[in-house]
Amino acid sequence: MPNYAILHEKPECLYEDYERKSELHRQTHYCPGCGHGIVHKLLAEAITELGIQDRTILISPVGCSVFAYYYFDVGNVQVAHGRAAAVATAVKRAHPHSIVISYQGDGDLAAIGSAEILHCANRGENITTIFVNNAIYGMTGGQMAPTTLLGQKTTTSPTGRDFHHDGAPMKVGEMLSALDGPTYIERVSLGNVKQIMLARKAIRKALETQIAGLGFSLVEFLSPCPTIWKLDPVDAQKHVHDVMEKHYPLGVKCDRIAERTAPPEPAPMTPLTDLPRILRLPSTEPAPLHFSEEPLDWRIRVAGFGGQGVLLLGQLLAEAGMDAGLHVSWLPSYGPEMRSGTSNCHVRLCSSEIDSPVVSRPNALLALNEPSLRKFIATVEPGGVVIYNGDSIPADCSRHDLRIVAQPFAEIADSLGSAKALNIVMLGAFLSLSHALPDSPIESALKRLVKSERWLELDRRALAVGRERVPAEEFVHA
Amino acid sequence: MAKQLLKGNEAIVKGAILAGCRAFYGYPITPANEITEAAAWYLPQSGGVFLQAESEVAAINMVYGAAASGQRVMTASSGPGISLMSEGISYLAGAELPCVIADIMRGGPGLGNIAPEQSDYWQVVKNGGHGCYRTIVLAPASVQEMADLTRLAFELADQYRNPVFVLTDGVIGQMMEPVEFPDAPVLPPPPEWSVRGDAATRKNLVSSIFLQPDELEEHIRHLEFKYKLAERNEVRFERYRTDDADYILVGYGIVARILKHVVEDLRARGIAVGLLRPITLYPFPDEELRRLAKRAHHFFVSEMSTGQMVDDVRLALAGRAPVEFYGRCGGNLPTAEEIASFVLRRIREEVTLHA
Ligand SMILES: Cc1ncc(C[n+]2csc(CCOP(=O)(O)OP(=O)(O)O)c2C)c(N)n1
Ligand code: SF4
Ligand SMILES: [Mg+2]
Repeated sequence: MPNYAILHEKPECLYEDYERKSELHRQTHYCPGCGHGIVHKLLAEAITELGIQDRTILISPVGCSVFAYYYFDVGNVQVAHGRAAAVATAVKRAHPHSIVISYQGDGDLAAIGSAEILHCANRGENITTIFVNNAIYGMTGGQMAPTTLLGQKTTTSPTGRDFHHDGAPMKVGEMLSALDGPTYIERVSLGNVKQIMLARKAIRKALETQIAGLGFSLVEFLSPCPTIWKLDPVDAQKHVHDVMEKHYPLGVKCDRIAERTAPPEPAPMTPLTDLPRILRLPSTEPAPLHFSEEPLDWRIRVAGFGGQGVLLLGQLLAEAGMDAGLHVSWLPSYGPEMRSGTSNCHVRLCSSEIDSPVVSRPNALLALNEPSLRKFIATVEPGGVVIYNGDSIPADCSRHDLRIVAQPFAEIADSLGSAKALNIVMLGAFLSLSHALPDSPIESALKRLVKSERWLELDRRALAVGRERVPAEEFVHA
Repeated sequence: MAKQLLKGNEAIVKGAILAGCRAFYGYPITPANEITEAAAWYLPQSGGVFLQAESEVAAINMVYGAAASGQRVMTASSGPGISLMSEGISYLAGAELPCVIADIMRGGPGLGNIAPEQSDYWQVVKNGGHGCYRTIVLAPASVQEMADLTRLAFELADQYRNPVFVLTDGVIGQMMEPVEFPDAPVLPPPPEWSVRGDAATRKNLVSSIFLQPDELEEHIRHLEFKYKLAERNEVRFERYRTDDADYILVGYGIVARILKHVVEDLRARGIAVGLLRPITLYPFPDEELRRLAKRAHHFFVSEMSTGQMVDDVRLALAGRAPVEFYGRCGGNLPTAEEIASFVLRRIREEVTLHA
């Protein structure tokens, strides 16, 4: 037997008896000569020496090391195949003072979990990844891994890995080091005792990087898998040294420790009493307004081009309706319609509870352009109100059972100084014609939605002009 | 607290934070984006974590990590993203980790479109992932319920140590209604089983592995027991004018709102119609359906799909009454007028048949 890194004492952070195992509580489940066993010992030593056992949370992967939690007397989270880096990210962010060690094999990390490790490294998560590269899928019985060497025979590359068919063995250390995110990445080997001693230093350095809060660290271990390689432990170790190291050069792949600084301490806990302010919850109930005893049920459709302020017009109605003590709803059209340039929304203002917010039979239509008029005028309920931005209603759209106002509202808005006030001019016209809502909730809604003082002034004028242009009792039949 | 006009999606986030949610991991997708965006804005200010993940696969595994760490955590997505999360949800259920997942449904299959549908029912209610697990599924039909049921979702998730879905359609996510939040925010202490990087939790293990068949069966039976408990205690629904109803309409989410209108419309024509709106889709209100079938002799289900929940209605009624289905899909909403005339047609046929 070769002389592996001999530990005369079991490091404290390994359990004395592996009681999470169903049997053989004194020995690991790893094959004799398996690299995982060595890495476990090195890792356990480092955790113990650095005094971080209580703070450590180990993430166990899927692969032969799936049961790492059998052995480590630390906080343990076992995760899905390939997802260790994502889980580790969230664990660390939940507990920034913990030491999070994500343990992964090469199938786990470099194949199914390649996206997760790439982004975890790129974000510079302050965790440490222990990456065991044995050039094979051990647990599932010896299939090809992204790290399998060219020519290497596996159960799924029975004639040997072929560059043209399977691509080249993936150099994870180099690949991740090409990103700016990681702080420290080193490839080490378990090929002989001397190298194992170097590997031990690398683990320590990686953990120290995390303890100092300096960001992402990863140690890649070239690691023997005697069982699948069908070599005895001595030859397997020799194979690591003689063959694997040729393709996978050892050494530090990136070391940006000197460039990095620790992030500021996490802020103290936000008092719960601050949440209403942070979440912008309204503090005072507006005085209830009983402006009308009549039952009221406005089913409004507002439609036009995107950019005409269609949705805002609808929202103002809903906000003001709410302040007026009505039941309200606002439902936008969303998605590709917005992009192709049309936009519409459904608004309901109702004195009783609203069943459906969907307005399929409106009693008011505010059409900001001709396509919208054409699309919706037929759906308006007899007796309904239509306000149209245009000189006159096109002959083929005319209906005699509606109250229709057609005016060049866009020009009116222009004359006020901004075509963007079109929606508010039309709102003024609608309010004048419909008496749907009193003035004060409209003003409070405007104040809530329009943040700039200049725009607020313009909108107030637009509202007044809209009202003036459409006196309450005056409407035309198209 | 006063009322505030909010989008359904935004109400979820405010409701979540007030319910003690301190971590959100998500990936952009329409029509759920406002949830992710509101989380990005409000969570860090509230002392929580927000992170945009590289995919829904990563997002749900981050949720797993946060839940294992003892945080109240959530994510949000829509059909395509929920498909990707299925693996992680199975792990969460297997490891008994609580979390809340909002699915704001859009049109499928494949890329489909971003308009509202209800076609994730099967994958969410019947489980997209592997293994004998269930998720509790809450189905809000208003913006107020987006807030209230999100809060309930966190409570049930902790109580049952299981993922809980808030499942609704794009309409409820995108629409605005006044909403009132509870006065007292809560922040429960982390559960004792969680792993928090300290001496107190060092012996804790979060895992879904049970290597021995007997152990795994025991675990599965334990999960099954929890689900049975939920079936007994957590069924929620709304009845609307069902007391004297001969005909029962069944729908959830936005469709239930439209059906209320249909009830009014048909009642005005002298037809005794009522509405049953499941609020929990799992556990499903089977018993209530059977109770209603003692009087009502005809059931009508409407969904924005080609018919998914209707299966559960049929299973519950087990042949006690005929069940008719009217669905629209592809992003189209059934109109109240359409549904009313469908129901009327069927009722007339029934009358002719029995004449
Ligand atoms: C989603 C999923 N796909 C496949 C598997 C089967 N599987 C288990 S371990 C493994 C490969 C592990 O190989 P590696 O990460 O190299 O670990 P090793 O056993 O070599 O240490 C695979 C494919 C799984 N558990 N989950
Ligand atoms: S199969 Fe290979 S990797 Fe797995 S335990 Fe055995 S030697 Fe180790
Ligand atoms: Mg391997």
